[in-house]
Amino acid sequence: MTDTAAQPTRLLDLANPTRFLSLAGTLLPWLAGLSALVLAAGLYMSVNAPDDYQQGMTVKIMFIHVPFAWLSMMCYTLMAASSVGTLVWRHPLADVSAKAAAPIGAAFTALALITGSLWGKPMWGTWWVWDARLTSVFVLFLMYLGIIALSRALDDPAKSARAAAVLTLVGFINIPIIKFSVDWWNTLHQPASVLRAGGSAIDPTLLRPLLVMALGFTLLFFTLHMMAMRNEIWRRRVIAMRRMAARRADEKGEEA
Amino acid sequence: MTALFIRDFRLALRAGGGALVGILFFLAVIAVVPFGVGPDLALLSRIGPAMLWIGALLAALLGLDRLFQADRDDGSLDLLVMAADRHMLGVTVLVKCFAHWTATVLPLVLAAPMLGLFMNMTPLAIGATALTLLVGTPAITLIGAVGAALAVSLPRGGLLVSVIVLPLTIPVLIFGVSAAYGATTESAPFLAPFLILAAITLFFAVIGPLAASAALKFSTD
Repeated sequence: MTDTAAQPTRLLDLANPTRFLSLAGTLLPWLAGLSALVLAAGLYMSVNAPDDYQQGMTVKIMFIHVPFAWLSMMCYTLMAASSVGTLVWRHPLADVSAKAAAPIGAAFTALALITGSLWGKPMWGTWWVWDARLTSVFVLFLMYLGIIALSRALDDPAKSARAAAVLTLVGFINIPIIKFSVDWWNTLHQPASVLRAGGSAIDPTLLRPLLVMALGFTLLFFTLHMMAMRNEIWRRRVIAMRRMAARRADEKGEEA
Repeated sequence: MTALFIRDFRLALRAGGGALVGILFFLAVIAVVPFGVGPDLALLSRIGPAMLWIGALLAALLGLDRLFQADRDDGSLDLLVMAADRHMLGVTVLVKCFAHWTATVLPLVLAAPMLGLFMNMTPLAIGATALTLLVGTPAITLIGAVGAALAVSLPRGGLLVSVIVLPLTIPVLIFGVSAAYGATTESAPFLAPFLILAAITLFFAVIGPLAASAALKFSTD
């Protein structure tokens, strides 16, 4: 009982944008440095990873393709959680979080599609197939673009945030479809091989760099997300200050 | 609720021949296909069900922005939202969707068999496609209601509605077309995709009006 009561208050503490900005200011250098370190280590491990006996060197595409694909789904889940925060609690930072995450998610999804396509050409002999996993990720990309378009279509940030939040939650149906598309349909894309019952199907020498890279890209995502949120808060403050300055100038003009 | 249905139905029919424009657009899309892929009758009959589905999808999206726009312009949308303590707003939206579907999308379904003849389809394929359209197109309207409700306060929402609704309608298209093909080819099953299609329609009959009514509440307050 106390746990559930404490959770919202701790979240509400963060609702104060000034407190969030100071927290972001202290966390960001650490987060950025850590993600650079982990990514460097991950890249080093990826370069030194052994070639696959079937796929040869191209298996190394996996070390960037898979983290991007994971993060594209995680980012959407984060946006859906933020949308719940916007609609249910009207948490003032939730819509900032959802708005800031959308372009990053779109970029990560695009990179997952591009790297997957580069991997598919030598392995499957084609850049693109309309199989369930690829199609559903492509739909995810379109959803990101639709949300970006909608959240920037209205002038009032609160109104557009709520509209985008409704769309995000409706589109969340797609996430389980992406996750299970490889199990439900017989597809060219391989089924889940890292997280599955009975242990991972990937050899530890290849799995370790993959997990380090995934961690590195996750840290990178949170760094970028926090920077984007800080930018968005600053942007709103600049707009508010401009309005106040305009009003003050107007009042001064009337007095004179 | 019946009164609302009849009112919306009449308005949709009278407002500039809404249904007729949709059918004309559908006809134009189907008529363009043979020019694009060539007048090969065997090929046309093979891609016929898919083309009918794509044409119906586009024509159904065409009229979606009018679902709430006219009501917003004359202020009756605010009244409907404010009456939400007497009727659940979701039910109101559902009735509006059903009226919109009857007035603008049902004529497309009825016109589909005639357009199927243009595509050199067998009677069985025509019947199957019309049946899948009848079951599947309500889902398009119900999904579209969310988009229309989101974009209702935008000055130029029409194009944005199509952009944000199209990705969500892809499952409807997939299962509609695969059910239509399942009826004509021996190897593919008909019942399984058809039942999934019906399930999608019922699912969005719940989700669509709820999300749309939430969006309408936010846009008016």
